Amino acid sequence: MSNDVLVLAEHQGGALCTVTFELAGRARELADAWGGQVQVALLGASNLAGQLGSADVVFTAEHPALADYNPEAYERVLLSIVHARTPRLVLLSTATAGLDLSAALSVGWDAPVVSSVVGLSAEGEGALATAQIYGGKLLAEVELAGSRAVCAVIAGSFPAAAGRRDRPPAVEAIDAAAVLDGLRTSVTGVVTAEAGDVDITAADVLVSVGRGIGSRDDLEVAEELADALGAPLAGSRPLTDQGWLPKSRQVGKSGVTVKPKLYLALGISGAPEHVEGMRDAELVIACNTDAKAPIFDVAHYGTTVDLFDLVPELVKRLKP
Amino acid sequence: MKVIVPVKQVPDVVEDLELTADGTDVDREFLKFVVNEFDEQALEEALCIKESSGAAVVVVGLDEPDVDQALYGALAKGADRAVKLVGTGEGWLPGHRRSAILAAWLAGEGYDLVLTGVQAADDLDGQLATLLGARLGLPHISVVVRVDAEGSAARVRQELAGGTVVEEAVALPAVIGVQAARQAPRYVSISRIRQAQQSGAVEEVPAATADGATGFRLRRLLAPERTSHAEMLRGGPGEVAERIVELIRAKGLIPG
Ligand SMILES: Cc1cc2nc3c(=O)[nH]c(=O)nc-3n(C[C@H](O)[C@H](O)[C@H](O)COP(=O)(O)OP(=O)(O)OC[C@H]3O[C@@H](n4cnc5c(N)ncnc54)[C@H](O)[C@@H]3O)c2cc1C
Ligand SMILES: Nc1ncnc2c1ncn2[C@@H]1O[C@H](COP(=O)(O)O)[C@@H](O)[C@H]1O
Repeated sequence: MSNDVLVLAEHQGGALCTVTFELAGRARELADAWGGQVQVALLGASNLAGQLGSADVVFTAEHPALADYNPEAYERVLLSIVHARTPRLVLLSTATAGLDLSAALSVGWDAPVVSSVVGLSAEGEGALATAQIYGGKLLAEVELAGSRAVCAVIAGSFPAAAGRRDRPPAVEAIDAAAVLDGLRTSVTGVVTAEAGDVDITAADVLVSVGRGIGSRDDLEVAEELADALGAPLAGSRPLTDQGWLPKSRQVGKSGVTVKPKLYLALGISGAPEHVEGMRDAELVIACNTDAKAPIFDVAHYGTTVDLFDLVPELVKRLKP
Repeated sequence: MKVIVPVKQVPDVVEDLELTADGTDVDREFLKFVVNEFDEQALEEALCIKESSGAAVVVVGLDEPDVDQALYGALAKGADRAVKLVGTGEGWLPGHRRSAILAAWLAGEGYDLVLTGVQAADDLDGQLATLLGARLGLPHISVVVRVDAEGSAARVRQELAGGTVVEEAVALPAVIGVQAARQAPRYVSISRIRQAQQSGAVEEVPAATADGATGFRLRRLLAPERTSHAEMLRGGPGEVAERIVELIRAKGLIPG
């Protein structure tokens, strides 16, 4: 075993994702506390290694199967790295790669895994992880006392600045060919998204609707308010999954990130995946009948008045 | 083609979640339980596969509060069999243990695809699809929005960050963590569920005595410290609307 902290680098469109710097920054704090190294696994994008200056060493691997993100290929390479290097802690994000890989590392490397981590600190020889559970309504404090662990961390939990450092890290190329033999998963193509009708990231005001709206017909209620404000209608994932709103209107982790001047959230609980896409809005006003809904932790103003009572009153006042 | 859909009950997070005296679990006594929303999506996708390629769909649940409702609901929607693994005890069950129990049962079943929800509200030690896939030594793919089974392989659509969707081919058997079905989950009336309750039997099978420890210690659950909390607007709908309009006006965002 070691005192090292290993981060999986995520990259998209030829650039490193911000969350990778967030993880590298926290990895640095932990590695310093334990007296270990920060290591980063960078698969299929060796050209980006130079940007990972907060790492002591970057493990790179190149192979045709790593040209695109392939969950099985990533799993095999990561497993081979952790078995060989025995880090104390492995950090991934909760994006697709984290959902594919964190629990698989737990099984394949026999290490505990904590999902949806938002806080992580060294506690003596071990670590204390704080994780969201029940849609962000509760937190769980988890003690990681053993010599290895895996954490899947929610993006935005740690400052990215701490993980950016302008110096070249040591780079160690790994030969992954042997472990990538006989893959059962292959990437066959990219599905191009249908172009959206409006770009909600460009709007100053967004009226955003969640499952609290109840039915497609009742969406009209919110549409009327959006019209009165001259704003497009946005929404949470369940609405786009139902086909009530086009996919281009979805705010959140698997939709778009918006930073409007005003975000009016109607019947949205504030699940972590939604909040990821709107927490930087200038002014957030939330309407939710559940006073304990997590959306009130990111909103500036809130009301527990039923949206069906509130919205007509708003429309009345906004429409001349 | 045989598709297995593990379903799970989770506390309805719209309810107030009170903690037990020792603070390591939610107090389940008066909680309302609902089917994990992503498992509903997995079931829908399985039923779509059944309709397009004639697969048999088997739902399986552990004996948890209101699981019968989920299992009979699945039968009413068109699942061919429903299995309840009994003797799993009460309270929060770690994903590691849940996946070990299911893996033991699956070993005797035979299957081509396992479709389950990409995650659940009470996941703390990993997601079931990934844990199961790894335990069974099978390829597994999460955050999936469509599965088309084609002989000994499946074509799968996986969502990456920012809504990018890629297509992957995976050899069967495989385990899939479903984010969303290709269409909204079908609705089934209470009377159809009652019919299923009367005719279709849920098979009860003793759960394997699998271990499956998390490997960590859960110190406690706690309500998040409200570092920031919305200023709550008091009064009836009219008064609250008045305040909101003032706030919007103050930001200069009222059109016209
Ligand atoms: C990998 C992954 C990616 C995801 N990506 C996204 C994403 O990009 N965007 C996203 O939004 N979600 C995403 N999700 C889903 C997310 O986990 C939640 O399921 C979703 O955000 C919940 O949407 P909601 O708040 O509308 O619904 P719910 O959580 O069901 O909340 C509805 C709320 O409405 C309130 N309500 C009910 N009736 C009324 C009324 N009459 N008046 C006022 N309030 C009322 C209720 O109190 C409740 O809080 C993702 C999930 C996964 C696993
Ligand atoms: N290291 C990685 N971890 C997670 N996802 C990745 C990684 N590399 C690439 N991806 C995903 O694969 C897609 C294409 O990435 P790229 O090939 O860098 O353009 C992106 O949408 C990423 O989300």
